[in-house]
Amino acid sequence: MMIHNDKLVIGGHEFNSRFILGSGKYSMKLIDAAIKDAGAEIITLAVRRANTKEHENILDYIPEGITLLPNTSGARNAEEAVRIARLARELGCGNFVKVEIMRDSKYLLPDNQETVKATEILANEGFVVMPYMYPDLNAARDMVSAGAATIMPLASPIGSNKGLATREFIQILIDEIDLPIIVDAGIGRPSQACEAMEMGAAAIMANTALATAGDLPLMASAFRQAIEAGRKAYLSGLGRVLTRGASASDPLTGFLRD
Amino acid sequence: MVKVNGTELDIAGKTVAAYLKTTDYDPKRIAVERNGNIVFKSRYDVTVLEDGDSLEIVSFVGGG
Repeated sequence: MMIHNDKLVIGGHEFNSRFILGSGKYSMKLIDAAIKDAGAEIITLAVRRANTKEHENILDYIPEGITLLPNTSGARNAEEAVRIARLARELGCGNFVKVEIMRDSKYLLPDNQETVKATEILANEGFVVMPYMYPDLNAARDMVSAGAATIMPLASPIGSNKGLATREFIQILIDEIDLPIIVDAGIGRPSQACEAMEMGAAAIMANTALATAGDLPLMASAFRQAIEAGRKAYLSGLGRVLTRGASASDPLTGFLRD
Repeated sequence: MVKVNGTELDIAGKTVAAYLKTTDYDPKRIAVERNGNIVFKSRYDVTVLEDGDSLEIVSFVGGG
């Protein structure tokens, strides 16, 4: 069966790709190939102090038509996240923002409470807010009330490539929250991306898995296929699992003996 | 003195536009915040820097 019109909708914007690509920790020169091989339509960026000695800008390497998703990395509280989001919007590339607030520099875990506050302020200012969060159902509900466009729960600590450590809790968000659930952080392999998509995640965000791979564009392509496979499996409905015993796949009529 | 991205500079009295002209920043690729508030591009030439101001000048970089 062909999948018609299976769009990812974020804040009223439609996307065909369900792979959100990070742009950190690799050469700008690889971005074009990464975007093409990933089939990505959204790419994340960070905001930092401008450097007068660097005359190349990452925007020069991103093809037309790609939606930019600036993050608020570096923010330690809601107020700083709001400032970074406003600066990102002033940079003139749309009104999407991934709210990312960390108080802890060892595990880089998001501060859900501050993230709810920032989400509310930014949603009221017209941003399409995509909060990165620890997968907690109560906090996710608060994000929804605050005006979030999606929920981005972490699979495992940022940059760890450890996969779906929070699987059960992400599943709860998928089952209970009526917004796209985009699994962000910690996805290290295509198989893990595929599993999250089979569970019903709306999209996958990955950066380190690609940046630390042997061949970045090839890994981007592997992720793309895994995400598409997982999506098709989810839409199809997974086959059931037996609690015990077996179930023959062949006809049960015996032969070669009476 | 005016703090620009953490460094004290003797540029009080200049407009943001006049200061930026003395630098290598690409005006199309930066955003400017003064004392925590955005300075819109349309206001660069009427925003006069005062002693004790703090400017953040930022641009996009790779990130996840």
